[in-house]
Amino acid sequence: MSNTFLFPVVSPLGPEIFLAAVACCLVIFDSLFKEQRNIFPVISITGATVTTLMVASSKGLGFSGMYNVDGFSVFFKIICLLALIFTVLMSHNHLKVLGVKREGEYYSLMLFACIGMMVMASALDLIVLYLGLELMALSVYCLVGIQKKDKRASEAAIKYFLLGAFASCLFLFGLSYIYGATGTTSLPVVTSFLTGEGIKSNPAFLLGLGLVLIAFSFKVAAAPFHMWTPDAYEGAMTPVTGFMSVAPKAAGFAALSRLLFEAFPALHGNWVLPFEIMIFLTMAIGNITAISQVSIKRMLAYSSIAHAGYALLGLLPGTAQGVSATMNYLFIYLFMNMGAFAVIVLLQQKGLAGERLEDYKGLAKSHPVAAGLMLVFMFSLTGIPPTAGFIGKFNLFVAALNAGYTGMVIWAVIFSAISAYFYLRVVMLMYMHEPQKEVAIVRSGALSAVLVMTLAGVLIIGIYPNDLLHLAGMIFGK
Amino acid sequence: MVYLLFFYFSIVVIGLAYKVISAKNPVHGVLTMLALFFHMAGFYLLLNAEFLAAVQVIVYCGAILVLYLFVLFLVDIKSEVKTGPFIKNGAKLAILSSILLLLTFLRGVKNFSLGPHGHFTIERVQEITHTKAIGQEVFTTYILPFEIAGLILLVAVIGGLALAKREAEGKEG
Repeated sequence: MSNTFLFPVVSPLGPEIFLAAVACCLVIFDSLFKEQRNIFPVISITGATVTTLMVASSKGLGFSGMYNVDGFSVFFKIICLLALIFTVLMSHNHLKVLGVKREGEYYSLMLFACIGMMVMASALDLIVLYLGLELMALSVYCLVGIQKKDKRASEAAIKYFLLGAFASCLFLFGLSYIYGATGTTSLPVVTSFLTGEGIKSNPAFLLGLGLVLIAFSFKVAAAPFHMWTPDAYEGAMTPVTGFMSVAPKAAGFAALSRLLFEAFPALHGNWVLPFEIMIFLTMAIGNITAISQVSIKRMLAYSSIAHAGYALLGLLPGTAQGVSATMNYLFIYLFMNMGAFAVIVLLQQKGLAGERLEDYKGLAKSHPVAAGLMLVFMFSLTGIPPTAGFIGKFNLFVAALNAGYTGMVIWAVIFSAISAYFYLRVVMLMYMHEPQKEVAIVRSGALSAVLVMTLAGVLIIGIYPNDLLHLAGMIFGK
Repeated sequence: MVYLLFFYFSIVVIGLAYKVISAKNPVHGVLTMLALFFHMAGFYLLLNAEFLAAVQVIVYCGAILVLYLFVLFLVDIKSEVKTGPFIKNGAKLAILSSILLLLTFLRGVKNFSLGPHGHFTIERVQEITHTKAIGQEVFTTYILPFEIAGLILLVAVIGGLALAKREAEGKEG
């Protein structure tokens, strides 16, 4: 036994540690600054921005190979941090409108969730991956339920918590099989075991992998494990819904791609068929159920299920081109979905107002700018050029086509055509109906900033798409 | 002897677990769970993990279950809330899918081949004692997961506070 203890390499975790310190400060300041409630979003945004800059320059392996900061994880971490910044900007005014106290806890939970996602993106050890997942999930459960007086929020939080706990159990169960079959939790060692000893024929290992994949399907809300999504998305506060629909999903995809392509590349033939069925179901259920929704938040929840299906399409071929298309798509999805939720936040009052689709009738007459923004985001979610959504879908479909998954691409195109109905219905309601009642708008500088940034993201990526794809390809292809 | 004990613990644990979820009275359920956790500790003892066995008894039986009991007494659940099933014929579907799941697991376990051992063989653990081995591993090799688990506990505290702290009603305007 070697009793010499080497201090682990901590520097790749610098951004996470910094963010954790900021999150702790927020909790302490909550009781120190009873009057100056405006400092919380300022501290959160400053902390998140500094962390983003630190992430961009961090690199290397930490903690004896358990933590890998490479271009791939940096890309996903930046998606999560941008989602965090957008959400904090949207939240400040919205918390006041809804009369939610506890700003310190609210923002610090959001920061902790983001740390969990960053850990998930970088984890090279299954235990670290699991703990990152739990850190993220626990924080988000609390964020969903933070409006205590709201019955829908409590119901959403309980449902999300129970199903999330169930998914965690499946994940751990799967891990125990993988651990039993390989004797290790370190992903690189698991990989070498797979290629070295031909454990492919060991069905226990496949069982473990299957359970882990199911757990991640829960997290990215892929059918048939999507049942929690509409209720949780509808009950949570709108900024939190926006956050949930982008950031945990990106983290889930990061961990999923790392598992499938770095750890288990040899098993591609084993998971491709269940994956195809899952993608088909996800796109079908998401797009078809969205048609019958009357609440715009529920509609966007089903749309986010459908988008998870498109993003999974990029993972299907198991090629670098496919993964970079998925990364690219998630980055674009960040802008368009956050933008759409920011418009909802703009219109939302206490209670149900601003959440029903009929509130959007005639919006173009009463608030032309808000309607115009919603138009762009809806076009982008449908995938109409020149918005970014078109580029994202186009790349995904090309990647799947190149790998020979023509049937899946045809289905994806059919389902996108169906999705045009419910996205464009919002546009139709806004532009072709007379306003029914006065819809008030809650203006704030921070919210305008989110709208400007997301709009810029959607349009710039839509018009100059090559740079982003090139970047994503460079990161994964190296 | 070891196998006999293992079978005893396994059968009792499965039986008690069924009793926990089928008990009509929640207090009976919690108390059955107490017995369940004691038998779980037996598994750890069979695996030469005496430290984990002690932790299991102290933390789960001692702390967590008492908490459950407190919650039960405070919430005062008189009767179960009954709602209609979401899916018709749900019970039949559930039984069918459980059987399928069981067959899948059996197939997976049938050809199970155990992976290689790590540094800690049974003799090594017996030699340096389990408590020392687990301490060394947690605070050196697995220090990062240990720290992240610390953050998770912090989140649990903050989240619990945010959700449970009573808001000053008078101040709300």
